[in-house]
Amino acid sequence: MNSLVAEKKKFTQYQVLLWVGIGSIIMAFAGLTSAYIVKKGQANWLDFDLPSVFWVSTVVILVSSFTMQMAAKKHKEGQQNQFKGFMTVTTILGISFLMLQVQGFMALEANNIALTGPRSNSAGSFLLVITGFHMLHMLAGVIALLIIAIKAPKKGESVSLMSTYWHFVDVLWIYLFVFLNWIG
Amino acid sequence: MSHEATLHGHDSHGHDDHGHHEHHDTFLTKYVFSQDHKMIAKQFLITGMVWAVLGGLMSVLFRLQLGYPDASFPWLESILGKWAKGGQITPEAYYALVTTHGTVLVFFVLTAGLSGTFANFLIPLQVGARDMASPFMNMLSYWFFLAASVVMLSSMFVETGPFSGGWTAYPPLSALGDASPGSKTGMDLWIIAMALFVVSSLLGGLNYIATILNMRTKGMSMTRLPLTIWALFFTAVLGVLSFPVLLSGFILLIFDRNFGTSFYLSDIFVNGVGALSNEGGSAILYQHLFWFLGHPEVYIILLPAMGMVSEIMSINSRKPIFGYMAMLGSLFAIAVLAFLVWAHHMFVTGLNPFLGSIFVLLTLLIAVPSAIKVFNWLTTLWRGNIRFTPAMLFAIGFVSLFISGGLTGIWLGNAALDIHLHDTYFVIAHFHIVMGVASMFGMFAGVYHWFPKMYGRYLNNSLGYIHFWVTMAGAYLIFWPMHYEGLAGMPRRYFDFSIWESFKQFAELNRFISTVSMIVFAVQILFLINFFYSIFKGRKVTTQNPWEANTLEWTTPINPGHGNWPGEIPEVHRWAYDYGKDGKDFIPQDVPVGADESSSH
Repeated sequence: MNSLVAEKKKFTQYQVLLWVGIGSIIMAFAGLTSAYIVKKGQANWLDFDLPSVFWVSTVVILVSSFTMQMAAKKHKEGQQNQFKGFMTVTTILGISFLMLQVQGFMALEANNIALTGPRSNSAGSFLLVITGFHMLHMLAGVIALLIIAIKAPKKGESVSLMSTYWHFVDVLWIYLFVFLNWIG
Repeated sequence: MSHEATLHGHDSHGHDDHGHHEHHDTFLTKYVFSQDHKMIAKQFLITGMVWAVLGGLMSVLFRLQLGYPDASFPWLESILGKWAKGGQITPEAYYALVTTHGTVLVFFVLTAGLSGTFANFLIPLQVGARDMASPFMNMLSYWFFLAASVVMLSSMFVETGPFSGGWTAYPPLSALGDASPGSKTGMDLWIIAMALFVVSSLLGGLNYIATILNMRTKGMSMTRLPLTIWALFFTAVLGVLSFPVLLSGFILLIFDRNFGTSFYLSDIFVNGVGALSNEGGSAILYQHLFWFLGHPEVYIILLPAMGMVSEIMSINSRKPIFGYMAMLGSLFAIAVLAFLVWAHHMFVTGLNPFLGSIFVLLTLLIAVPSAIKVFNWLTTLWRGNIRFTPAMLFAIGFVSLFISGGLTGIWLGNAALDIHLHDTYFVIAHFHIVMGVASMFGMFAGVYHWFPKMYGRYLNNSLGYIHFWVTMAGAYLIFWPMHYEGLAGMPRRYFDFSIWESFKQFAELNRFISTVSMIVFAVQILFLINFFYSIFKGRKVTTQNPWEANTLEWTTPINPGHGNWPGEIPEVHRWAYDYGKDGKDFIPQDVPVGADESSSH
C-alpha cells in the first residue's frame, strides 16, 4: 500500500476539490463556446473585430498572474510584507481587468454593435455572455484575493490554492481571447 | 477550522476529540446547520421524501383527469381553487402539474433525494473517513438544495401558476413570457430554482469525488471499494461534468427571457403577440445543451441505485458479487457512453440522418454494459443462500424493472422506430420503468437496508413486504399497458383523449391505470408511516452488524457520533465481498488475512 500513501501526499483533498471544480468550470465554457460555433454556422451571424481594449485587459491579466506567482513565492519564503504587497498588486490588477472588460462592452455598443435588446445579434450577445461569465469567475477570485490578503495566513495551503485558481482563470481568458478572435 | 482540522487529522487517526464536541451541540448545530455527513444525508432524504409525496400527488391529480375526463370532483375546486373550476382540472393546471411532476421527480427526488442521501451517508462510512473532504461545502450543498426547493415550491402559489411548458423547458415556451400563463413568473422561479439546484449538485459532487479519491482509510485501495462507492463516484463525475453545460444553456435562456437576445428565439409568429423582433435564434440549440446534461442525468439517477443493489444483493445472497471488475468496467463504460448519446432524444428535430445513425449505434452500445450488469446480478443470486429482507426484495425488483424498461430502450434507441414512437406513451412507459420506478426501488432498497445505521432502529418488516408487493405489482400494472397505448400512437402531454376517435378505445384502460396509481400512492403513505414511526418507536438495533455485512459502516457504534469511529479508523485488509469463503459466512473488510486463508474463492 505504499503507492497509496504516496498518492495521499501528492494531493491534499482541497487540491482535488479545486481541480475537479476547475474541470467543472471548463465544461461550462466548453458548452458556451461549442454553442457559439454551432450558432456561427447558421444564418444571421454578424462578424466584427474585438475592440483593442481587450488586448490591454489580456496584458493586465497576464501581469497579474506573474504578481500572483511572486506573492506565492514570497509567502513560501516567509516574507510577509512583500507577500502582502504582491497580493495587493494582484487584487488591483484583477479589478482593473474587470473594469477594462466593461470598457470593451461599451466600445462595442459605441460601435453600434448591440449586445442585448431587439437590435442585438447573437454574435455580440455571445461575447457578452461568455466574457461576462468569465468575469464572474474573476470576481470570485478577486474576493478570495482580498480575504487572503487581509488574513495573511502564515501557514496553510490557501495561498497556493489561490495561485492555482488565479492562473486557471488567466489561462481560461487566454483561451477565450484566442477563441473569440480567431477560432470561433 | 480547528473542528475541521480534527476531523481530517492525517496522523494516526487516534484521538477521540469528537465525543468531546458532541456535548456542545445545540439543536441548531446538530439538526439544522449540521456539518455531519450523516445528518446532511438525513436532511436530503427527508426533503426528498417531502418532494416525492408532492410530486406523486401531482401525478395522482393529473391521472384523475386522464382516467375520468368527463367527471367532476367538487373537492378538487376546494383545494385547487381556480385551477379546478367546476371540479375539473383546467388544461393550464394539467400542464403545470405534468411539468412540475417531471422536474420535481427527476431533479429533487431522484437526484438530490437519491445520490444526495446515499453519497453523503455512505461515502465517508464505507471508505473509512471521519467526514467529507469539506464538511462546510457539504452543508452548503444541502442549503442550496433547500433554497431551490423553497423557490420551486413558491412557484406553485403565484397568480399565473407554475411553469407549464414541460420539464425539459424547451424554448419558445420557456423563453417567451407571453407564450403562456406559466411562462411568466412561474418560469422565472423555475429557472432560479434550477440554477440553485445546479450549484447544490456541483458542491455535493466535488465533495464526493475528493472524499473518495483522497480520504480512504489505510488499505482501502480503489479496487477494494464497495460497488456502492464506485457507482456514487461515477455519478458524481457525471454530475460535475454535465450540470455546468445545463447551467450554460440556462444562462442563454435567461438572456433571451430578460434581455432581448436571440440565442433561442427567432422571428416566429406568436398568437396574441404577433411576430417577434428576434432574429436568427435556434430552439434546437437549447435542446443540444439541455440533453448534453439530460442524458447523463438519466445515469446520475440510475447509477447510485445500481451500486446499492449490487451491495445489497451480495450481502443477502451470502455470496461475493459476481464479476466485481466487470461490474466496475460496465459502470465506467456507461459513464463514458452517457456523454455520447444525447442526440437520441432529438431524432425528430430534423437531425441529419447520418449523424442520427451514429447516435443509434452509440445508444445501442449501452446495451452491452447493461447486459453485463444484469448477468452479474442474476449470477450473484444463483445458488445463493438468499435472505428475503424488504431491502433484498426491492433490489430484485430493481433488476426486474431494469430488464423490462431496458429492453424497450433498444426499441427507442433506433431512429427508425423512434420517429413513430417519439412523444407517445411508449416513451413514458420506457423511462418511468427503467429510470423512474427502478431508481425509486433502488432508493427504497437503500432506505430499508441502511435505516438501522441511520436511526439505530429497524423498519417494520411486514409493512415493508406489503409496500414492496403492492408497489411492484402496481408499477407493472400502471406502465405495462402504456406500451400498447404508445404503439397505437397515443401522444404524451395531451389533456383529454376522449375527444379523439383513435384513442377513445383506451378510455377504460386509462381509468384502470389511474385507479392503480391511486392505490400505489396510498401504499407509499404506508411506507411514510413506517418510516417516521420507526425513527422513534421501531425495534432497536442491538448488534453492531445486523445484516452480517463486510463493509466498514458496520464497524461503527450502533449510533455513531460525528467522526464515525470513537477510536481509530479501522484498517482495511480485503475487498468488501468475502462472503462464504473458507467455510466462513462472512469476513469483514477490517479482518486481517489469515495465514491459512485461500487466496481466492
